[in-house]
Amino acid sequence: MSDTLLEIENLETHYGKIHALRSISFSVREGQIVTLLGANGAGKSTTLKAISGLIRSTSGSIRYLGEDITRKPAHEIVQMGLIHVPEGRKIFKGMTITENLELGSFTLDDDAERKRRMDHVFDIFPVLHERKSRDSAFLSGGEQQMLAIGRSMMTNPKLLLLDEPSMGLAPFLVQQIMKIVLRLNKEGVTILLVEQNAKVALKLADHGYVLETGKIVIRGSARTLQQDESIVKAYLGEQ
Amino acid sequence: MSIQDILLQQLANGLILGSFYALVALGYTMVYGIIKLLNFAHGDLYMLGSFVGFVILSILSPYIGNSWAGILCSMVLSMIAVGLFGVLIQRIAYVPMLSAPRLSILITALAVSMVLYNGVMAFTDGQYLAFKTDLGFEGLEFGNVFITYTQMILVGASIILMIVLYLFVHKTLYGKAMRAIAIDQDACRLMGINVNKIIALTFFIGTSLAAAAGIMAGTYYGSIHFFMGFVIGLKAFTAAVIGGIGSIPGAMLGGLLLGLLESFGTQIPFIGTEWKDVFSFGILILLLVFKPTGILGKTEIERM
Repeated sequence: MSDTLLEIENLETHYGKIHALRSISFSVREGQIVTLLGANGAGKSTTLKAISGLIRSTSGSIRYLGEDITRKPAHEIVQMGLIHVPEGRKIFKGMTITENLELGSFTLDDDAERKRRMDHVFDIFPVLHERKSRDSAFLSGGEQQMLAIGRSMMTNPKLLLLDEPSMGLAPFLVQQIMKIVLRLNKEGVTILLVEQNAKVALKLADHGYVLETGKIVIRGSARTLQQDESIVKAYLGEQ
Repeated sequence: MSIQDILLQQLANGLILGSFYALVALGYTMVYGIIKLLNFAHGDLYMLGSFVGFVILSILSPYIGNSWAGILCSMVLSMIAVGLFGVLIQRIAYVPMLSAPRLSILITALAVSMVLYNGVMAFTDGQYLAFKTDLGFEGLEFGNVFITYTQMILVGASIILMIVLYLFVHKTLYGKAMRAIAIDQDACRLMGINVNKIIALTFFIGTSLAAAAGIMAGTYYGSIHFFMGFVIGLKAFTAAVIGGIGSIPGAMLGGLLLGLLESFGTQIPFIGTEWKDVFSFGILILLLVFKPTGILGKTEIERM
């Protein structure tokens, strides 16, 4: 068995009076693709934000690479190779594609390495290369998602948190993005994938967790989750 | 004087005035761009820059004189000192207010402004100080118009500062991070950018540009006063809005444009120099009515 990369224990978060996460525990092993599923408002994005340090959790612990990162500021967590591609992509509109990618490698001092990583991103996403000097605001939804993933690759991630990369995309684009997620995983990146599109996510994943109103209600291997008709119907919707 | 001479003279005056406005407007617009704060103390930092420059020049002049070498040295030192002071103000007065309602931080900025000009007033007994330099009055004649080397060098220096800023913001990673923070702070955190550090850097750069303008104004007008930052603060704010607040090229353009409009405005029959301020704030009002986003400003899309 491979090593545990990320270990979440009894994690709780609040937004004001709203209790967003209720004692969540799960782990991600190195090399895996793990998916968090659930309806809107179940707490999937909140979980990712708590891990990457964008929001502070009220109690519980987050361990990454054996270190407690629960109280670490977001920009320091990035330096440990844990990268979060947020919901809605959050690309820097008004800046060019190249500039977006350069900012992805902000923590890097080595210009030659920056160029090498950028070439790698352009190799995976040729469409970004074609438009590299254009304002990213003019990209389509799928291209923006590619840029967001490409930008995260500039940081040379060990663990990638992907928040709904399929959101708002046409089915063939969803397939394309999922292929890329698989390719990154083959290249050695561990992936924690948040999805509403359960069918697509379970196809890639090794393990899945289903969240409902801030609690993990089902956990299991992707295969078991996929085969259990009642689970798919009750929690994942028919898609 | 022929009409051409008058126009040329006003062009020269307008460029000088405009480059002061532009340098001060840059700080306004950069700070607004990243934390949506209208730093009303910014004009007073320009004033403080000229006073700090004055003190440094008085100390240095026995050794290097108070010609260009002395002015340049005191300008650089004053830019660093006042720039760091700007960061200190940000840490003490603004950071604790960032999570408070928008109005609270605005009032804090007004308070900082009052502390600064009252402080300098107390130190100087409210007197004008002579900003002594030996720059001479040589220059070039264009027809009947005489433009001194000092005027040309001051305009040249502000243009150089603006070019350096532009290159910094567009060509370096730190500059790009500054622009990115104006777009999305959370996304910046996820890139490993220490947002607080970049905000401090922005205050440093904005404040030091205002300090540079303060020393140039001292050099140009020959005297400085604790209240000199008030009107230029308002004018620079106007310039930033004209160019489109939050936009760096907009602040440069807005500053130069406002300076030129003011100079030429004084030549319109029945509108003398005493109407100068009415003229520029009139332009501001017209602009706010017809193009509230400014010349280079973008319409802000409210995010959900």
